[in-house]
Amino acid sequence: MTTPTEGRSLWRDALERLRRNRAAVAAALLLLLIGLLVAFGPSLSPWEFDQIDWDHISAPPSLATGHWFGTDGVGRDLFVRTLQGGRISLLVGLAATLVSLIIGIAWGATAGYLGGRIDGLMMRIVDILYAMPFMFFVILLMVFFGRNILLIFVAIGAINWLDMARIVRGQTLVLKQKPFIEAAVASGSTTPRIVARHVVPNLLGVVAVYVTLTIPQVILVESFLSFLGLGVQEPATSWGALVNEGAQEMESAPWSLLFPAAFLAATLFCFNFIGDGLRDALDPRDRR
Amino acid sequence: MLRYSLKRLLGAIPTLLVLLTLAFFMMRLAPGGPFDGEKSLPPEIQANLDRKYHLDEPLWRQYGRYLWDLLHGDFGPSFQYRDYSVNELIASGFPVSLRLGSISILLALLVGLALGTLAALRQNRPADHRIMALAMTGISIPNFVLAPLLILLFAVHLGWLPAGGWEGGRGRNLVLPVVTLALPQIAYIARLMRGSMIEVLRGDAIRTARAKGLPERTVILRHALKPALLPVVSFLGPATAAVITGSVVVEQIFGIPGLGRHFVQGALNRDYTLVMGVVLFYGALVVLLNFIVDLLYAALDPRVRYR
Repeated sequence: MTTPTEGRSLWRDALERLRRNRAAVAAALLLLLIGLLVAFGPSLSPWEFDQIDWDHISAPPSLATGHWFGTDGVGRDLFVRTLQGGRISLLVGLAATLVSLIIGIAWGATAGYLGGRIDGLMMRIVDILYAMPFMFFVILLMVFFGRNILLIFVAIGAINWLDMARIVRGQTLVLKQKPFIEAAVASGSTTPRIVARHVVPNLLGVVAVYVTLTIPQVILVESFLSFLGLGVQEPATSWGALVNEGAQEMESAPWSLLFPAAFLAATLFCFNFIGDGLRDALDPRDRR
Repeated sequence: MLRYSLKRLLGAIPTLLVLLTLAFFMMRLAPGGPFDGEKSLPPEIQANLDRKYHLDEPLWRQYGRYLWDLLHGDFGPSFQYRDYSVNELIASGFPVSLRLGSISILLALLVGLALGTLAALRQNRPADHRIMALAMTGISIPNFVLAPLLILLFAVHLGWLPAGGWEGGRGRNLVLPVVTLALPQIAYIARLMRGSMIEVLRGDAIRTARAKGLPERTVILRHALKPALLPVVSFLGPATAAVITGSVVVEQIFGIPGLGRHFVQGALNRDYTLVMGVVLFYGALVVLLNFIVDLLYAALDPRVRYR
């Protein structure tokens, strides 16, 4: 009996290359650590995120008091608040990216596959929206319709899909020429089925890269809004809101700025590194 | 070239219209009126206010009125600062923001292009790695984190620079805000420039130039720079938009009396007309800048015009 020769798929190759990229691997591990901390960290501390410790107001970090990252100006534990804020920031990042992913893929794949006048019209709409100042629109939404976390997801996601739609469309145009699509057409598949079953799965590589680069952008937008006081509302918090509070007290209590700022920057750093690594891995043209 | 410009200019009109319409209807669909305060107003006064600001008319009339006023360059009165019109607020804030933003963009271009080119010429060597790691850091640290850190270091600890204020835009007051705004853009531009420069340097034109025996300096400055600039030029549109957005936060942190600060105050106070005015003003500005960037691109790359 002969063992079948093992094929080398695109994904396996990419994974191999990614594993050799030390920066990306380190970033992935750090991100995993941050994720675990954010998920389980709050239960390690004796404090609650909205609990006030009257004996330790603006206290510096200390092991003895149980306030490992110190406390803020009203005596709430910053270790728990930083991690709690991380939950919101990461959640918004993932959820809003998912929204933009779904809209972007549907829009881009449809436009690219149908082509012709529909394509022209759909991409013209993208162009028109593209020229708008997005951040101001999200802020408008927040101002007019209240500061609701669900709305943040939808608003950011609904605005971030434009890049995704463009990339997916470009890729679809390339895929459309491939023989396997011709085969699907010849075997009588319907158009929606071809788009969903044959075009979209082959887009996933490009999309994966783009997703890892969109998540940090979205986290940034949310933090930006929270920093301005337009994002999540007290007592809930996010990294942006914590940085804002910390910045106001940084002269007397620098730890209240440094811990959330470090978590935010490290997370963005990790996602960017992984995204870059993934792009290099999937597109070996520019390999070092 | 003229035909191309006209076509591009006409293309900007739907963008502006969509922007305007969306903003107007969002404003009107929003729950709560601009005069909803802590205590409710007597109905007569409410009615008078509504009449004064034409809020009692049907929606389409209000929309038409708003469009008409805008065509005359009138953004209407501010609902919050009763004594000022939105025009006056924009006129007082924009020059400050313009100064801050344009200096930042110039700095970002200068430093970004230099670093990107340097990295490309030293591809995969320590200098390249160091510059790219630096660029990644610049991209990953948000401006509202960077600004307080810079203040903490240079204003609080070292005492070299003021922690905020504008004072007519003195150099000392400009340094920290400009650096905060420029740093992420420097990082993006350096990355873009490195990538496109590497691509260009691999091309046949450069091989020919080198084969002719031109000195390396001439090869880079005369033959490689122009084509390598193209992606950076098209990035200028988004970069300007990012600087405008960033200046909202930077003005807030450094206490600079620019347009971005009016915007945030307006947003927090639900000052509808002010917020709308600023969004439309900046929207028009971004559209205009994108138009200029398109022209610049066409001037640099003749292939675009014939497509």
